[in-house]
Amino acid sequence: MLNKSMFIKPRNALEGEGGQKAQPSIPDALCRACPACRATAFSKDLEENGLVCPHCGHHLRMDVQSRLRLLVDEGSFTELFADLETKNPIQFPEYEKKLAAARKATGRADGVVCGIGRIGGFETAIFVMDPQFMMGSMGTVVGEKITRTFETAAARSLPVVGVTVSGGARIQEGIFSLMQMAKTSGAVLRHSQAGNLYIALLTDPTTGGVTASFAMEADVILAEPGALIGFAGPRVIEQTIRAKLPEGFQRAEFLLEKGFVDRIVPRSEQKKTISALLGLHERRSMA
Amino acid sequence: MTAYERLCAARAKGRPTARSFIDNLFEGFMELHGDRLFGDDRAIVGGVARLEGRPVTVIGIEKGQDTSEKIARNFGSPNPEGYRKALRLMEQAEKFNRPVVCFVDTAGAYCGLGAEERGQGSAIATNLVRMMGLRTPVLSVLIGEGGSGGALALAVADEVWMLENAVYSVISPEGAASIIYKDASQVERAAESLHITAQELAGFGVVERVIPEAEGFEAVYRDLKGALGTALDRLKQMDAQALTDARYLRFRKFGGLLE
Ligand SMILES: [Zn+2]
Repeated sequence: MLNKSMFIKPRNALEGEGGQKAQPSIPDALCRACPACRATAFSKDLEENGLVCPHCGHHLRMDVQSRLRLLVDEGSFTELFADLETKNPIQFPEYEKKLAAARKATGRADGVVCGIGRIGGFETAIFVMDPQFMMGSMGTVVGEKITRTFETAAARSLPVVGVTVSGGARIQEGIFSLMQMAKTSGAVLRHSQAGNLYIALLTDPTTGGVTASFAMEADVILAEPGALIGFAGPRVIEQTIRAKLPEGFQRAEFLLEKGFVDRIVPRSEQKKTISALLGLHERRSMA
Repeated sequence: MTAYERLCAARAKGRPTARSFIDNLFEGFMELHGDRLFGDDRAIVGGVARLEGRPVTVIGIEKGQDTSEKIARNFGSPNPEGYRKALRLMEQAEKFNRPVVCFVDTAGAYCGLGAEERGQGSAIATNLVRMMGLRTPVLSVLIGEGGSGGALALAVADEVWMLENAVYSVISPEGAASIIYKDASQVERAAESLHITAQELAGFGVVERVIPEAEGFEAVYRDLKGALGTALDRLKQMDAQALTDARYLRFRKFGGLLE
């Protein structure tokens, strides 16, 4: 069950562009245009800058390995539950094909990486959702792995640090996808009732059933600058109200103003901020 | 009946809404309003009543019957303040040791500007967590449409029951058709593939009881009234820890994958 996973370098920087179609041509692998300001930067420089545009500060979507490298102390991460695979619970037509493509693209069985590692020296349970695996949608495997992460953390009196990114439900798992919202919420509650800390870092985009469950249930909710965070996606809202949404609607800065996130933390500050919070909530060992 | 036919029945004009269930099952319903934070969402009706003498808290998502009532009730799509009102009433029930009965009938939580501004996601998430830990019995009955997270926010319960022609789904078949099949006209196919009917969901263990509709709604009310009384008496026997443990395990089992 334990699966030591070292930090594997992405094959090329384009793997960091979750939710957007990769264009694996050679110039793109060397250079990338910022989706916000269109300025071009060398992929190598972008990576060294934590996938933050050096011109405008836009936070590009980040793959799981880069995220773990950014947050977790080098060599300290042990992945858990990596082999869990969905049983295609409602036998949804064509789902196996979609899964096979996502597995091939990411090298992972499903859309979240969980484990135990150290952040700033503090041992913590960690989950990082994968924007490249069916847009971070939550099915039974994502729900089960996150639930087990909270259960493991509760059993070992460890905090949980979770990085969310999700387009919402895994439609192909139907009602079982919906039930993961209740299941993960129960696991968060039990971990919380034992006095353990949970920090969520909401990244672009965090929507749907993930927002309406564990993303919004943390003791401290952090968000990346500019991240889209909401229950309904912008297109659904525009269809409902038959109007264009105002600039900045559902962005992290908007949620901060409305009182739904604690802090907006740029990538350069994330490890420091999370480490400080972990330090403030350190639990004395029973020994 | 096909899944699509049941979907149509669940949405049919004139189908009894939450208020009819409340009036026909309970005595002396007294509505209690407001979330104490922002306002009173008329898409959710809640209050106190008696079930054959037993004090209960009753909460229902109400779509409304005629056009003006439908508009006033936002067609049964709650805003965050509705979910927060429901939670306030559930926590009041916990304090006074009375069980909670919820009636669920919604196309989904409202997807509007105000709903997002006031934290729809946060409101639903908070209900899921707090209901999971509620130290009093909760029983939810899906009476029409069970639309995704907006329905689940009143259905983290010790038992979930469904009327024969109610549906419960992670996404509307229309939404699934346009996202998966890129073709909004594929609703019937999507309804079939999503497994949204009471019979199928009972097979998955997502609902404990299916209430037949064949003999009309008078029979439905009679069946429900008897079954609710028995179930609440049984759940009341459990101590709060055993009750909340069982509630967690009820949901924990979904997608409990073996390696
Ligand atoms: Zn830029």
